[in-house]
Amino acid sequence: MARKSHIEGLSRLVWLSTPSATTATRSKITHVTQEAQESSIAPVIGLGDVYTRRTMGRLLKTGIGALMVIGVIFSGTVPAWGEGETIKGTLEVISDEGREPVGGARITVSQGGEVIGEADSDDAGDWEIAVPGPGDYVVTLDVGSLPEGVALTDPEAFELENVNVRASQNKTVRFNLGPGLTSGVSTWERVSSLFVVGLKLGAVIALGSIGLSLIFGVTGLVNFAHGELLTVGAVLALFFNASTLGPRWHILIAAVPAILIVAAFGGGQERWLWRPLRHRGTGLIAMIVVSIGMSFALRYVALLAIGGLPSPYLQYAVQRNFEFLGITTVPKNIIIIIFTVVVLTITGLFLLRTKLGTAMRAVSDNPNLAESSGIDVERVIWYTWVIGAGLAALGGIMLGISEQVSWDMGFRLLLLIFAAVILGGLGTAFGAMVGGFIVGVAVEMSTLWIPPEFKTAVGLGILIVMLLIRPQGILGSKERIG
Amino acid sequence: MDWSIILVNAIRAAIGVPAAAYALSAVGLNLQFGYTGLLNFGHVASMAVGAYGLALTVDMGGPMWLGLIVGVLAALALAVLLGYPTLRLRADYLAIVTIAAGEILRLTVRSTFAAPLTGGVFGVQRFANPFFAINPIPEGRYGFGRLGFDERSVWVLLVGWTAVVLAVLFVTRLIRSPWGRVVRAIRDDEDATMSLGKNVFYYKMQSLMIGGVIGALAGMYLAIDQQNVVPDAYIPLLTFYAFTVVIIGGPGTLVGPVVGSIVFWFLFEFIDGVMTFVVLEGWTGDLFQTTDIGAMKFVLFGLGLMTLMIYRPQGLFGSREEMMIDAR
Amino acid sequence: MPGRSESVISVEPVPGVAKPDPILTIDSVRRLFGGVKAVDVAHLEIQRGTITSLIGPNGAGKTTLFNVLTGFDEADDGTWHLNGGPLVGVPSFRVARKGMVRTFQLTRSLARLSVMENVLLAAKNQSGETLRGSVLGRWRSVEEANTKRAAVLLERFGLDTMAQEYAGTLSGGQRKLLEMARALMVEPELVMLDEPTAGVNPALTQSLLEHIKEVRAEGRTVIFIEHDMDVVHEISDWVVVLSQGSVIAEGKPDQISTNPDVIDAYLGRHHGSV
Repeated sequence: MARKSHIEGLSRLVWLSTPSATTATRSKITHVTQEAQESSIAPVIGLGDVYTRRTMGRLLKTGIGALMVIGVIFSGTVPAWGEGETIKGTLEVISDEGREPVGGARITVSQGGEVIGEADSDDAGDWEIAVPGPGDYVVTLDVGSLPEGVALTDPEAFELENVNVRASQNKTVRFNLGPGLTSGVSTWERVSSLFVVGLKLGAVIALGSIGLSLIFGVTGLVNFAHGELLTVGAVLALFFNASTLGPRWHILIAAVPAILIVAAFGGGQERWLWRPLRHRGTGLIAMIVVSIGMSFALRYVALLAIGGLPSPYLQYAVQRNFEFLGITTVPKNIIIIIFTVVVLTITGLFLLRTKLGTAMRAVSDNPNLAESSGIDVERVIWYTWVIGAGLAALGGIMLGISEQVSWDMGFRLLLLIFAAVILGGLGTAFGAMVGGFIVGVAVEMSTLWIPPEFKTAVGLGILIVMLLIRPQGILGSKERIG
Repeated sequence: MDWSIILVNAIRAAIGVPAAAYALSAVGLNLQFGYTGLLNFGHVASMAVGAYGLALTVDMGGPMWLGLIVGVLAALALAVLLGYPTLRLRADYLAIVTIAAGEILRLTVRSTFAAPLTGGVFGVQRFANPFFAINPIPEGRYGFGRLGFDERSVWVLLVGWTAVVLAVLFVTRLIRSPWGRVVRAIRDDEDATMSLGKNVFYYKMQSLMIGGVIGALAGMYLAIDQQNVVPDAYIPLLTFYAFTVVIIGGPGTLVGPVVGSIVFWFLFEFIDGVMTFVVLEGWTGDLFQTTDIGAMKFVLFGLGLMTLMIYRPQGLFGSREEMMIDAR
Repeated sequence: MPGRSESVISVEPVPGVAKPDPILTIDSVRRLFGGVKAVDVAHLEIQRGTITSLIGPNGAGKTTLFNVLTGFDEADDGTWHLNGGPLVGVPSFRVARKGMVRTFQLTRSLARLSVMENVLLAAKNQSGETLRGSVLGRWRSVEEANTKRAAVLLERFGLDTMAQEYAGTLSGGQRKLLEMARALMVEPELVMLDEPTAGVNPALTQSLLEHIKEVRAEGRTVIFIEHDMDVVHEISDWVVVLSQGSVIAEGKPDQISTNPDVIDAYLGRHHGSV
């Protein structure tokens, strides 16, 4: 049918099982599913044989145990919520002539990467933003909103981190302003710096998207736990880097075991969870729900492990702006972008030039055809998971370097990753790369026109619009969709 | 381990307000997902829209019954707005779109842009006094021993569970009719159903709308009890609670959602009680504090959902045979 | 042979030839898949009350043509009319309501509905199928009438003993019968069967063929896609041959099997190549 995907159906043929019938009731079902193989293709929510169930039971138990152990590495607390707290201040320029209030400048308060509130300073320079409860917040002054002739005395001090608000407190913070030589920030500087930030976000999204896209391509699974692969990568790297119980390696060194462990985890997931499920004919919807359960489990283990507040790596956490090709940004952004482009190029060459890479693309495109050409589909799927997970972990670490590591960092990015994958085309790795960068840039640069609290919504909007007008994405083929 | 306290709390949770609310929410979701096969991952948006519709109407001076109507209309509008462009999409695409739409709604409601209307991050409070004012139950304490409720609780619970029963009866009537037959056929094979002259889109939309309205009522109910609506309460987690409830009870069964909710909240509270005790008694040493229990519960929730889907996707009341049948 | 086949006796065996009383006319219908012509039918008419078989090598576009005609796929070009009424852009469920019902190549039984429910579903104009009707609950009498009609159909197709079983438990052959029974419940004027005998054992094939002849005897028109030439010879009044999306031959079964173009198409020889 035009609307049902032939490829979807064909790929399900690959998974259909021949159940080991042992009881009278099962023989009927065997008959049915064998007929099913002859005459139709369908996902079946079925029951596995006894062997698979026992193994999976054992694995689940060891899995739970392992997760608990990992969760025990750190202990953290989740901040409580209260009422009546605010953060406030007065913006003014203090000079020999006295104090001059600065009005119309924008202050943003955020926590954990999410905007809590915004305010513009009034004619007296006063501003106050209510916060939901005691805790640590980040207060940012939008330097571009400062009037002409006014600037921060210390240009790097536009963001105050770890502003602690106690219960019922109205915390006062200060931004030191003085007569500026350079007035605010020019439009070019804003645009170009946002563009770079966008590319950096895009790089991280791209790394996360390739795995998701390819895994969908080769197995049809929309992995809702993919964001957690980023988080786990970042958290593991945090352990090897910053934990008092760990070896305290430099982050670039700590990244290596983290990526390898996550890659192995990806391969393990495929080998012991998804493959058995596919082989006993579990439907796509059931598998999506399983991935959602996993997403919860992993995310809250991360919460147990590192707590509710973001933690930085020991290196590269705070950097000063510098100028690069006329653009003002922090060095790590440029490094992340360049490094990711290199990794993506290598990945692209791998997909295009190597036997395994070509096999991956073939299976993603048409598993049935691929299998009849002699490709070992199951092996290819396994490699796809390993590589996809490893890339995701790398993306998570990049994000951690850029922003700090938080327990839900991957989940918060997941919807943007979906946006990128759908924009580029579900099932294509190159589409995921392109989609990632486009989404990243669009999200960051949208703040030139709309309030920053909506920037994620921009990504989500792209996702919805694409699904409505061109579900196969930029690079996808028309057959795949609904 | 004081089992009696743990059990009492668990039973209290099993028949409490969240249990009733999620039973209601699950009845709606079950119609969409269990019977029609729609993977609506944005169900929490219906709950939010119902709750906000009610709260804002009252906040602006309107009577509660009007707020109820506004909430229901808002849920209908949401279903149409969401469903019209997306119902032709395949299940997994629909899932992604609906979760994205739910998040966009939440981000919009919590924004400073919308704050003058919606209260932004802080939402709306104290709008349900008229509801409690009409409580006909005399003052006092009802129940036995430790399992007691004051007249406020009894009133709230009575209203909630009555709503649940009415919703179940309504859905039963629909499902046991030819309309229900078409919807169940759509779940199995849309193209075959179309080839027999049925307008599949129309039925999916109706299912989405009715399920959405029921979900909105659930959201309103929760909001009334807490006298509070905040945007950050309406996160995808709530949709997945509802899905878990539906799956525990058995997707595509009539009583499944209700029993599923009771079982779910019983377990949730029971596990909390056991874990609290374990931690307080020091059996886990220094590794965990009581503040970690919340997160641990969610880990178990995630693992539990996985186990449920792998080993018993038909839930408590679903028929194994029906689950195993070739769905085409 | 019953009288209907006589209506095509004097028709010339030329692709696109006009029929005395066409129920379905197709004009310049084209369907392209990324530049490749899947369907390119200049003109085709189907005679009312006959059994026409649509044959051709694999990939000739037969199922695609079915999909386009019944609204399951979009035509890139062209028009087609059922009883004079245009069907371009008409959604598939409306095409079925207008009287043109199709079955599917891979049987699509509604597995989690019972056999009886499968057939009951197909009844037209059920008051209980609207939301209003369902809530008001006044559909019992209509349902009873439909159930009686469905029972007759099930008995005719030998499925009455399975009426309460899940359709998913039926064998492949039984599902074919169910699909046919279901299609007839819609009371169509034109029945389009996509490979009705595929994967079916010889005994059941005979039974299916008898059923198809009964359908014709009821005054309906049948088009069916078929690969088995014996079947084609046995019951077709008319044969249309499709190759690479176009009609390359039309005629009575004997005329077709001796047609050199048809033989070429099946053996894969292209015109002009050595």
